[in-house]
Amino acid sequence: MSQFLQVLLSGLATGSIYALVAIGFTLVWQAAQTVNFAQGEFVMVPAFFVLVGMHVLGFPLALAVGFALLASIVVLGFVFKKLIVEPILPSGGISLIIATMALGILLRESVKEFYGAEAQPFPPLFPTDPIHVFGAVVSMQDLLNLVISLGVVILLTLFLNRTRTGRSMQAAAQNPAVAEILGVDVKRMIMYAFLINAALAALASFLITPVYLAKFSNGETLGLVAFIAAIVGGFNQIRGALVGGLLIGVLDNFVATYITAEYRAALPLILLIVIILLRPQGIMGTSEGRAV
Amino acid sequence: MRSLLRPFLIALLLLAAIVAPIGQGNYITYVLTSWLIFSIASMGLNLTLGYAGQISLAQASFMAIGAYTTALLTLAGWHWMAALVPALLLCFVIGLVLGYPALRVKGHFLAFVTLAFNTLVFLVLRNEDWLTGGNYGLVGMPRPDFGFFSTMKQHNFYYFTLAITIVAAAIMWWIVRSPWGRAFKALRENPIRAESLGVDTRRITLLAFAIGSAYGGLAGALVTPLVQFIEPGSFAVAHSFRILLMVVVGGAGFFFGPFLGAGVVILLPEMLRFTEGYYLIIYAALVILMLVFTPKGLIGVWDLLRNRLFGKAQIRADVKQEPTLK
Repeated sequence: MSQFLQVLLSGLATGSIYALVAIGFTLVWQAAQTVNFAQGEFVMVPAFFVLVGMHVLGFPLALAVGFALLASIVVLGFVFKKLIVEPILPSGGISLIIATMALGILLRESVKEFYGAEAQPFPPLFPTDPIHVFGAVVSMQDLLNLVISLGVVILLTLFLNRTRTGRSMQAAAQNPAVAEILGVDVKRMIMYAFLINAALAALASFLITPVYLAKFSNGETLGLVAFIAAIVGGFNQIRGALVGGLLIGVLDNFVATYITAEYRAALPLILLIVIILLRPQGIMGTSEGRAV
Repeated sequence: MRSLLRPFLIALLLLAAIVAPIGQGNYITYVLTSWLIFSIASMGLNLTLGYAGQISLAQASFMAIGAYTTALLTLAGWHWMAALVPALLLCFVIGLVLGYPALRVKGHFLAFVTLAFNTLVFLVLRNEDWLTGGNYGLVGMPRPDFGFFSTMKQHNFYYFTLAITIVAAAIMWWIVRSPWGRAFKALRENPIRAESLGVDTRRITLLAFAIGSAYGGLAGALVTPLVQFIEPGSFAVAHSFRILLMVVVGGAGFFFGPFLGAGVVILLPEMLRFTEGYYLIIYAALVILMLVFTPKGLIGVWDLLRNRLFGKAQIRADVKQEPTLK
């Protein structure tokens, strides 16, 4: 029983980080029909911004994290939107998918060449002491990761539903033409979506890297898991991405502990294929209604 | 003039392909052979992506299925030509089974499903070592021998591959020009109109995907005797992505795009060898630049130039004549 609880809690902690990445992914998809195949690399890069801040610029940890957040928002949000998405979007979704794949390679290889191919130790943001909950041993880090990610998701939902800017963003995503007529600055709203995505990816990076070490190849699995979480939950819903992320985190842990560690990586993939077969709009999603 | 130009260019290309390995060493011949093999793989993907407008990231896994099937059968004593038949059939059927669920929903889902499928195939190849040899792979597959013509020599194997490539290209030429092929194009240009004109869009897309997969299988079946050593790492997602880039760089939806694209992707590392580790960085940056400036690929550049130099008056500017990625 205590092992069950332990596996469940650490699964939820990882799952909530996946959910952050998946939510950023859905936001960008809704705002600009951009399927970002470099999303995993967007989570890998901010950790290296922190390392650059600490080891190259000599900042203390807190300042380095702030610097990395800012750098991520500028580079992975603003520059990505201006230099890649805007010029390529008119030539079609597939071109943009391919461009983001190339961007993923570019980021991965650049980190490898310019920072290092070995896994770098990354300072934990929170104490890693174990604590006891109902007989299960859980690390403080896992619990805080879970609390922070869920807190951010709640804040983001409140922002999107309760504030004027948030509602304008939703309007711009649902029907850009009508939103424009009603006086919403659609371009600015789309830019906000990209900036929020970059911030979420950076946050996920700061939370997950202490667990896995900072490595140039971290993005490969993370990106795929985030897509799958987004699809499993429902591509057009924020709460869907949350459910999908948590579900994958928990299932992944259970499969690795109780069934097979060899095929652990296969689980999200099988989940994806099953969901697409049975419920293509995702668990929480609403159907988009058109097949072509 | 135009009708004469094309056969002339094709003849020139063929002649170049025949003359290319003469007097070259084994390594150059090997590189040329892998150019042909990857041309076949990207020809298949071009049908899926360029003509039917569906993005697939599983071409390397179909190469894997083709390669492992022929490897296991030739190791069991089958002739390569006999082993080819089940390999191609298997890829075609798996393509149908995989494409069926993915094509129920919007196009980009196929990208995710095929990505997931490629990773699954990789895991199975790595973990099931009783069948696939696991990480160590399979070695010692014989090359096809036709009695009077043995392909053990690198040059002979090159000509053997060339012959198969020509047959595959001729079949593709026929597919693209047949009523089916025209339906593929109709689908890419305007799916809603195609559907209202009575084209069964789902069946046609599925068929394009399955045929494209079988071409991947053919390429894989050729890899087995070429390298005579196969392991899961040669068929990872990164390789699917490489094949996708071949199609895009060459020009998706153009018949000769894949040959050009495969040539660039295979030869560029040789040419950029002096940049050492920076090769992939330069390459990825070039692809992004290309997509920003000429989304139609390198053949698109040629079309652009031709229209500038010998432009014809366009009758209707709103009807696009060139293939575009949607």
